[in-house]
Amino acid sequence: MEVSKILNVSQLRKTYNSGSGSLTVLDDISFSLEAGETFAIVGPSGSGKTTLLGLCAGLDRPDSGHIELCGVEIDTLDEDERALLRNRKVGFIFQDFQLLPTLTALENVAVPLELQGAKNASIQAKTLLNKVGLGERIHHYPSQLSGGEQQRVALARAFSNTPEILFADEPTGELDEETGQRIIELLFDLNKEAGTTLVIITHDMDLARKTQRILRLKGGKILMDEKVMV
Amino acid sequence: MSDFESSKSGISWLFLMAWRDLRSNAGKLFLFMSSIIIGIAALVAIQSFGNNLTESIDLQSRALMGADYVIDSNQPANEEVIRIMDSLGGPDSREINFASMVVFPKSGNSKLVQVVGTEKGFPFYGEFETEPADASSSYLDRGAALVDATVMLQQDLKPGDSLKVGNITLPIAGALKAVPGRSALSSSVAPAVFIPYEQITQTGLVQRGSRVEYKYYFVADQGQDLEALYEAIDPRLDAEGADLDTHLDESRRLGRRYNNFGKFLNIVAFIALLLGCVGIGSAVHVYIRGKLRSIAVLKCMGASRSQTFKIFLIQVAGLGAVGGIIGTLAGISLQMAAPALLEEYLPVKVSVSISYPAIILGLLLGVLMSVFFALLPLLRTWYVSPLSVLRVQPENDAHTGKAQAVVLGLIFLFLVLLALQILGNWQYAFFFILGLGVSFALLYGVARILMWAVKRYFPEKLGFCVRQSMLNLFRPQNQTSVLLLSVGVGAFLISTLFFSRDILLSKVALGNDENSPNIILLDVQTDQVEAIKKTLRENQVPVLSNVPIVTMRVEEINGRAVNEIRNDTTSNIGRWVLNHEFRVTYRDSLIPSESVLSGAWVGNAEDKELVPISVAENFASDARVEVGDRVTFNVQGVMIATEIASIREVDWGRVQLNFSVLFPNGVLEDAPKFHVVSTRTVGDQSSAVLQRQLVSLYPNVSIIDLRQILSLLEGILNKIGLVIRFMALLSILTGIVVLVGAVRTSKYQRIRESVLLRTLGAKNAQLLRISFYEYAFLGILGSLTGILLSLVGSFFLARFVFEEPFVPSTEPFLILLPILTLIVVCIGLLNSRSVLNTPPLEILRSESR
Repeated sequence: MEVSKILNVSQLRKTYNSGSGSLTVLDDISFSLEAGETFAIVGPSGSGKTTLLGLCAGLDRPDSGHIELCGVEIDTLDEDERALLRNRKVGFIFQDFQLLPTLTALENVAVPLELQGAKNASIQAKTLLNKVGLGERIHHYPSQLSGGEQQRVALARAFSNTPEILFADEPTGELDEETGQRIIELLFDLNKEAGTTLVIITHDMDLARKTQRILRLKGGKILMDEKVMV
Repeated sequence: MSDFESSKSGISWLFLMAWRDLRSNAGKLFLFMSSIIIGIAALVAIQSFGNNLTESIDLQSRALMGADYVIDSNQPANEEVIRIMDSLGGPDSREINFASMVVFPKSGNSKLVQVVGTEKGFPFYGEFETEPADASSSYLDRGAALVDATVMLQQDLKPGDSLKVGNITLPIAGALKAVPGRSALSSSVAPAVFIPYEQITQTGLVQRGSRVEYKYYFVADQGQDLEALYEAIDPRLDAEGADLDTHLDESRRLGRRYNNFGKFLNIVAFIALLLGCVGIGSAVHVYIRGKLRSIAVLKCMGASRSQTFKIFLIQVAGLGAVGGIIGTLAGISLQMAAPALLEEYLPVKVSVSISYPAIILGLLLGVLMSVFFALLPLLRTWYVSPLSVLRVQPENDAHTGKAQAVVLGLIFLFLVLLALQILGNWQYAFFFILGLGVSFALLYGVARILMWAVKRYFPEKLGFCVRQSMLNLFRPQNQTSVLLLSVGVGAFLISTLFFSRDILLSKVALGNDENSPNIILLDVQTDQVEAIKKTLRENQVPVLSNVPIVTMRVEEINGRAVNEIRNDTTSNIGRWVLNHEFRVTYRDSLIPSESVLSGAWVGNAEDKELVPISVAENFASDARVEVGDRVTFNVQGVMIATEIASIREVDWGRVQLNFSVLFPNGVLEDAPKFHVVSTRTVGDQSSAVLQRQLVSLYPNVSIIDLRQILSLLEGILNKIGLVIRFMALLSILTGIVVLVGAVRTSKYQRIRESVLLRTLGAKNAQLLRISFYEYAFLGILGSLTGILLSLVGSFFLARFVFEEPFVPSTEPFLILLPILTLIVVCIGLLNSRSVLNTPPLEILRSESR
């Protein structure tokens, strides 16, 4: 049986203009991911990791090359169409959690479902918060939660719309080692349960080795694309 | 995108999100709400009060006149006037009134009063208020007098005491508290004494040359069209030197008397609203700036541009509606207070009623102001890239530029329509907003020049703190333009209020120097002049002026007889010019209240065939004459041909004798005339002795004690000034809210930089000094530019809106400039407070989220 490709990136190039000229951040990047695969993008600061994640998730447009996400050529979509695609197919986890500060934990998790027009968004959000161990703190605001708790709310939110692919940008970057470890376990457990494709950006090689495949970037180019031997 | 259905979340989700976001942000929107509430409160209060005044004048105009219409003249009715009045069914009541001194035998004091002789029946609408109450119905039958209540009090008079009017002495029936047709202002200048009509002749005061008014009151038939009656009868009466007034005219005239006051109040309301609008813009700018990260997150989650835009639009509109309601309620409360403050000096009792148009306007404006002025900052939500979640993104200037141009166009249109609604004149509206736009552009230009100049001539040799503060003015993402614009526009609007208030209050120039007269003797006959001068000398007071007055009427204008002009329906020459009995003087020079607008002043006739005269601007415009035109006057039977040598601007607001028509010396010296003599007394006692002596020696001479009038006018102006200051204060409060918003706008930039400097070892005192220099510099420059622009704007306001001379006060420069600068500096330093009291790392972390 042929395994379907969930992300197909070919000959991607991205350049930023600055006052002193242009800076090529990504150059000739091509790779593809299969559904359910776990994948890490690693590299030193300035290697283009975050730019690549932004392009793959449809948050930005490449200067050239093509991206096919969940079977859709995203470079042909306008901004609102890409937003819709993200709402239906994509989940995010950010280094600094990025919870909406004016919404409670429950409301933060419910937002992606509410955007889909789900009638039982609150119930589903509550179930997810129970799953990440925050059933007792659903009405707390982000400012009333610890860093680890905030990232667990972010995890619940990321999985609330049952995404086909989940992008995680340094998910433990703001957490202490112990808390970070627990978050990673939770992330991989939830991912396994949902069968979601997982793309993690990290400096942490221990975390990267937990995935099935590692893409090393340097100076905006692919240095290595290797399968992790378990 | 065919593979996906469109977003299913509906409008209810947008409202839900708007509410969720708002509930924990109420404090951050304090500035926004304050701007709306104060702006709308001022508008509703001022407009409602204005509407109440107009409605009250309309409703009570009959009671103001005491009848439906009145025919009046400065001479007894001639045969034609009597014929016209007979055709109208004859007058229902008659009145004769004139100013005269009366003597109170009990004390021997004298007083200038308006003697009013009335017949039974008057007033037909409204009523006299007297003490005792039955005095108003009995005084005519008893042959007694009703005396102004204030005079009764001042002179310690009681019903039953007597007063001497000319040759007769009457008992006083009671104190007169209120009379139809007389506001506190006119009755205070010359308080009224009502006596029976039949006894006027016996007073002996109605003589040739006396200033007497004859009035004939009529009650209209039910449903009678008074406008049609006016059209039909007034031209005929005009030809006979009489005039018809209906209660509708009374209503209009009273409206006009408060016209400039109303214009000012409308400008206050409009400025309060404008400041509110700027406040809304500033507050939403700061608010949205803090929301950009959340908006990017929402977009990552799949919210569309339109959805995120609408969430905040709904918030702003909702807050606007709530602010509109609170502002409207606050405005109604203020409206209730206004009549109590002004009651004494209004011609009618203003009944406070809910003014629905003002309330609807207030509620609507709450939403409209919020939406229009929030649009510019809200546009940013549209262009926030979801990538901002991962890294700082530059704004797309090309897109926002076009959108901003459209929004600015919409705002301009909204403001012009708003100004039209409030100021009621599209030219005022257009030019006011255009002026504001030009001010904006100039302020922006000043900011750009400042940045260029500081960069170009950077003061390298100055100390660290000054250099850092100067660097802040032009470094990337500086706030120089935004702050200069906000502070400058705030200063511009607030100082425009100060200047406009001065224009209004300086209308009456009160002379108080040694050469300013404070006693005026009217109706002095030529053969009495020397005797009166002697009396004055005996009392050791100077004769400051002796102005001869000759009465005359216009006979021809440029060869056309007045009767011919009257019959010419196409003529647009003002009827009053044709009918008026002009009181004219002659002299060889101009006085300070006059200045020549065109032509040349000629002080001596020098046997010219045509007498070179000077006419006031209003005469020239109403008589449709220019320099070089010819006017023939009928001077009590003698025709005098004149040529207009000059046209003068006359400041009628001054308390001194001014004339529409002025002759040179050498023509009127032998004409029948009376005189106006002025003097200056020192001390109440000597003034009273002199007045008593004059009234007993020359009962036909009217004496006006200007000291009383001057103190009354000062009192009235102080009271009106109080109301003006109160209303202006509302606008100033909004202005301060704007300043707070403007300075807060720069908070984020300043805090980051201050934290970095502190991390690198800068002391708190150094950080405070850097902030102090920067804000002080921006405060001074912004306020000064705003005030200077306002000086120019106020000149145009004075010239074209108030039609008054503009004498700028120094108040905005001496008071407003330091206060505004201080406010900017204080708010700026308060912004830095959190940096000084908290560890740098904590702030860096909290700011990064």
